[in-house]
Amino acid sequence: MFKDRAKPEPFSGKDLGCRRGGRLVFAGLNFRLDPGGALVLRGANGSGKTTLLRLMAGLSQPTAGKLAWGDSDVEDAELHATRLRYVSHLDAIKPAQTVAENLAFWRALWRRDADNNSVGGALTAMGLSHLADYPARHLSAGQRHRLALARVVAAPAPLWLLDEPGNALDEQSLNALSQIISDHRANGGMVVVASHGAAFVSDAQVLDLGKFAVAHPTHWSDEL
Amino acid sequence: MGFFTLVGRDLRLAVRQSGDSLTVIAFFAIATVLFPFGVGPEAAVLARISAGVVWVTALLAALLSLDRIFAIDFEDGTLDQLVLSGQPLAVVYLAKVAAHWLTTGVPLILLSPILAVTLQMPAEGYGPLMAALALGTPTVSLIGAVGAALVLGTRRGGVLLSLLILPLYIPVLIFGTGAVEAAIIGRSPTPMLTILSGLAVLALSLSPWAASAALRQAVE
Repeated sequence: MFKDRAKPEPFSGKDLGCRRGGRLVFAGLNFRLDPGGALVLRGANGSGKTTLLRLMAGLSQPTAGKLAWGDSDVEDAELHATRLRYVSHLDAIKPAQTVAENLAFWRALWRRDADNNSVGGALTAMGLSHLADYPARHLSAGQRHRLALARVVAAPAPLWLLDEPGNALDEQSLNALSQIISDHRANGGMVVVASHGAAFVSDAQVLDLGKFAVAHPTHWSDEL
Repeated sequence: MGFFTLVGRDLRLAVRQSGDSLTVIAFFAIATVLFPFGVGPEAAVLARISAGVVWVTALLAALLSLDRIFAIDFEDGTLDQLVLSGQPLAVVYLAKVAAHWLTTGVPLILLSPILAVTLQMPAEGYGPLMAALALGTPTVSLIGAVGAALVLGTRRGGVLLSLLILPLYIPVLIFGTGAVEAAIIGRSPTPMLTILSGLAVLALSLSPWAASAALRQAVE
């Protein structure tokens, strides 16, 4: 299922703080995710859900605190990247390629092979198999989002970081999303979801980022 | 493996979206052909400036496409995924540079003798011109891609990129034109071509580190 060097291990963060655009977004944030677990990030707009996901992915660095994978601190960003898949608001889809070509590229890059069965299976899981040869430029917003989600199925890694994965999805697609997350967790995988409502993730811990927000003055003061 | 996967994908995209490459080639051809109209048809004058004109227009043509090496990937989220692909960023950078060179540098090299004819360049200069471009354009792509990575996410990045990297192209320009002019006056272009090779090796050695740091900074 997962590559040897990326076996599921507890993923945790201790005393995390992050500054963005000169503003301290959150501080003193702790979490722990065990294999098979799910964590839902909640909070108002701007509370730092996406910031925390990018930090968990290693795309940005915490200004305080540390992330750990098992007993080891996360220090090697390239190694950490092999343990995770990240789906953001930006879908990384090339309009000039077909649906299957878009997916096969990432499969080949991540797994060093272009296993057509995995690509076909991922498209089927997200209800896109009938669009495999369709140019991605003609996909709807929901279909593009499903294709982005199919990437994590095509080449699984222990940790899935999903930013608003339910956006633009119809009920059938939400059920498909719920199913792939359940299957992933059943295999020991972990998932972190940033979402205002995440009914598609069952038995999940909830992390309210509002509790870790740093108070900011509502008016400009002389100190600023 | 990852290198070839990336290069293959970028080449396929370049073929399907051939507008970018064609713009570069068209600019190179049109800008070069404008010179005889501007300086007059006198063969001796054109021959004297031909090497410099071809090189300067080639540099400017390459510059047209440089800011797009990473910009589209940055805007559509591909760059995030490439950073998370587990591939060393140096490999990602070198693959993007290779694809850029194959889609812009190679066409410029192949077109250069034809444009040299319109500039009345003596026939002895054609071979060294192509050889100098073959050795110099990889350096142009390598340095330009570092600049492209540095200006990611900035407003008016294309203008900034020009200001940042054009001065760094001066050595390539000097030795590139020098090789052609040496051949035209009957001297060996080999020393100039050797220096161009050295510049390419230097750029190949140093630029991946700078580009990796710039790309990681861009996604933060």
